[in-house]
Amino acid sequence: MATNAQSTPDKQFAEVEFGEDLPEVAVDVSLDNVKVFAKAAHMMADRFTDHEEARKSGLPGAIVPGIMSQGVLVGVIHAWAPNAEVRSVDTIFRAPLLVDSKPTASGVVTDIDEETRVIEIDLTLKNEKGETPVVGTAKIAL
Amino acid sequence: MKAAELLEKYGDHVFDEIDLDIKPESLVGFATACGETHPRFVDPSHTDFQGVPNYLTRVHGTRSLPKGFPVEMHRCFDAGKSIEVHQAVRAGDRITGRSEIHDIYEKSGRSGTMLFIVHRMNFYNQAGDHLATVDWRLVQREFD
Repeated sequence: MATNAQSTPDKQFAEVEFGEDLPEVAVDVSLDNVKVFAKAAHMMADRFTDHEEARKSGLPGAIVPGIMSQGVLVGVIHAWAPNAEVRSVDTIFRAPLLVDSKPTASGVVTDIDEETRVIEIDLTLKNEKGETPVVGTAKIAL
Repeated sequence: MKAAELLEKYGDHVFDEIDLDIKPESLVGFATACGETHPRFVDPSHTDFQGVPNYLTRVHGTRSLPKGFPVEMHRCFDAGKSIEVHQAVRAGDRITGRSEIHDIYEKSGRSGTMLFIVHRMNFYNQAGDHLATVDWRLVQREFD
């Protein structure tokens, strides 16, 4: 995923607006990158790392681990606000996301609690067909 | 057996516990593959080097469900994961993860009844600090 967290300035609570869109990012779910993730996460299963083996088990191809999709969505937050402290993230896996597809990830600010200073963000991972196989919600502080 | 009966029988107790050492290369690989570029996630020499917030979702116990739990795993799928972060996980941490069944419920729709099992893991570091709570929603189709 092409993020720019190091050059993006930190975000201040007062700068965040209700309904603000987080910049959409292209997500790298190439086989090579998924293998990097699978190795780091100790999830080297064929359904994630081998298209042919995945097809033999009835899948349309190798699929992206759900928690990698979740991590990508967390990355969208940090690309927008490098100083964000993610308090929680909840993701729903609606459908498999295929390895070597070209998804995009985005987010939108859906709540700003002035009292607790917690910001809620809806997160979406979209495939080339416009479907949303993974959605989520995060609560963050700045 | 109905969801309420299953919850009464299997819920509310720790059925599994594991220990795990946190390696810097695992933290870095997880973060970079997810597109993180901030040094606190990808540079082990950074003074605040830590795992990305959902890092601990990768950890599973020695078993997914309590012994004797009447669910056919081949009919199940992973419907989602949530994590509540209390404290960052750090390289060199010795993590303890404790598994329990947090909730069990049914949902009915056009495709029949599905059983939702919420497997919860609480994670602690070597100092006993509560790092995170991870809920994994496991669904069995055609439950009856």
